[in-house]
Amino acid sequence: MFYKKKLFLMLSTIFICASAQAATPDADQMWKMIQQQQLVIDELKKKLEKTDQKVEVTEKKVEETALEVEAATDAMVAQTSSSGGGWFDKTNIGGYGEMHYNSKDDGNDEVDFHRFVLYFGHEFTDSIRFFSELEIEHSLAGEGKPGEVELEQAWIEMDITDNHRLRAGLDIIPVGIINYTHEPHTFYGVERPEVEKRIIPATWWEAGIGLNGELAPGLNYDVVLHSGLETTSNIRSGRQKVAQANADHPAITTRLRYTGTPGLEVGGSFQYQSDITAGQTTESNSATLFEGHIIYDHSSGLGVKALYARWDLDDELQAGRDDSEQWGYYVEPQYRFPLSFVPGELGVFARWSELDYANNKEEERIGFGLNYWPTDRVAFKFDFTNTDDKDANTSSKTLNLGLGYTF
Amino acid sequence: MLKVLVITILCNLIFLSNHSLAKGVYLEPKEFLEQAFTNNPPKLKKLWITKELKAQIKSLLGYDIHVVRLRYWDNGEKTAWILEEIGRDKPITTGVVVKNEKIEQLNVLIFRESRGWEVKYPFFTDQFKQAILTEKNQLSKKIDGISGATLSVYALTKVAKLALFLNTHIKIK
Repeated sequence: MFYKKKLFLMLSTIFICASAQAATPDADQMWKMIQQQQLVIDELKKKLEKTDQKVEVTEKKVEETALEVEAATDAMVAQTSSSGGGWFDKTNIGGYGEMHYNSKDDGNDEVDFHRFVLYFGHEFTDSIRFFSELEIEHSLAGEGKPGEVELEQAWIEMDITDNHRLRAGLDIIPVGIINYTHEPHTFYGVERPEVEKRIIPATWWEAGIGLNGELAPGLNYDVVLHSGLETTSNIRSGRQKVAQANADHPAITTRLRYTGTPGLEVGGSFQYQSDITAGQTTESNSATLFEGHIIYDHSSGLGVKALYARWDLDDELQAGRDDSEQWGYYVEPQYRFPLSFVPGELGVFARWSELDYANNKEEERIGFGLNYWPTDRVAFKFDFTNTDDKDANTSSKTLNLGLGYTF
Repeated sequence: MLKVLVITILCNLIFLSNHSLAKGVYLEPKEFLEQAFTNNPPKLKKLWITKELKAQIKSLLGYDIHVVRLRYWDNGEKTAWILEEIGRDKPITTGVVVKNEKIEQLNVLIFRESRGWEVKYPFFTDQFKQAILTEKNQLSKKIDGISGATLSVYALTKVAKLALFLNTHIKIK
């Protein structure tokens, strides 16, 4: 019995060993397996390299596609915008307009589309440009009609350096606040300040040639030699509007303007004309205009504008008249703030002005009003003004409503 | 009198043309990046303008931007953006550096307009420093304008808002 068990144990051990020997590969088999595995690894490496290459190619294609899309987008934008290809690539169009309703205490109420203006500008090169402003005043022009069609700007400007330019043509005279910036959304009040109508005859343009530019950071200058006024009655009617104008008596205007502090503008202009009658009287009558102004708009919304302008003539415009000195000023505090219940901003202002113009025409004007801007370049306006005529000892009241836009 | 004036103007022209400055370019983009990252600018990155992002930018600026990607530089501490916005007629190229969601610096790099150039000066651009974008997508600081340069001021304000918005976008992403 004991031997039987021993024999069984021995046979089992031999069988297990034999089985174990059959499951373990020998060196040849191992080598073959390693070679097969190496082949798989090499294949996978190749596939990985190909994938990397494909990713690289895809990245390049994406980059190229992106560049093409950007170029195509640029081209589409160029074709559909005013800065696109062709002549219109460098041509700009803009404009502004304003409609007024004036209610006067003499009962003569009036509604008027006062100004409809279109701008056309063109860049011939990066350093030579053209700008023009064409206006229809009072809606209807023609013989016997109240309005006029006027060319108010048409000039060529050339950059001499980065900071200095030469400008020639029919241009706005660099004087005052409103004369240069008169888009309706830029000022308070339906009608422009009376001082900048009677003393500075805005909008005032002449034919001329001049330089403008920057002398130091924020310090700008203008020097213009231009056609002059021709008047024997009042300053405003002396504008010849460059319409077959008398060019025998040119004038020169200079302006310095400081805008080197954000929100602040301080400016002053001086003009000299050897004969403001332009030869209409036997004696020449030289004239000088001085103007100074300040504008301050604080980021809180508070602001103020003030302007003083004065003409000194050698003699009266007509004998016996008291008009050789004409002057005026206004001060205008203002406050502009955003609205929470409707979109846009509201601004309130007051304006106090005094002026002495023409023959014994002394006026004191006190007014107030508001502007509502639903968006930056659209304004709805209201104002009320009381005018005291000091010479006639009378007073009158005006209530104005208006709307204006700029684009 | 007239002759004297003409001669004066011609003399001025000669004088001025001898004192010309480099036209239009006030700070080379490369120089701007070196200043922003103290001579060690990180690698350029590109932000793809997805449909969703495009819509968000439209609500910020008020119009669609016509680019597929925007370039920016990010060293983990701050981001720099070189963006363009039209002032009156032409694009103003502006560099904006944003750190901790605030504008660290804003520089006009290239100014191509014929007016409104005052916006290139530090007395104006320094106002943007430390400005953040509020919940209503407005700058936290009021920016004082410049008389006669209104459209250039609007353009730089838009660029400042866009840089702050994009900085937040990539940080959230």
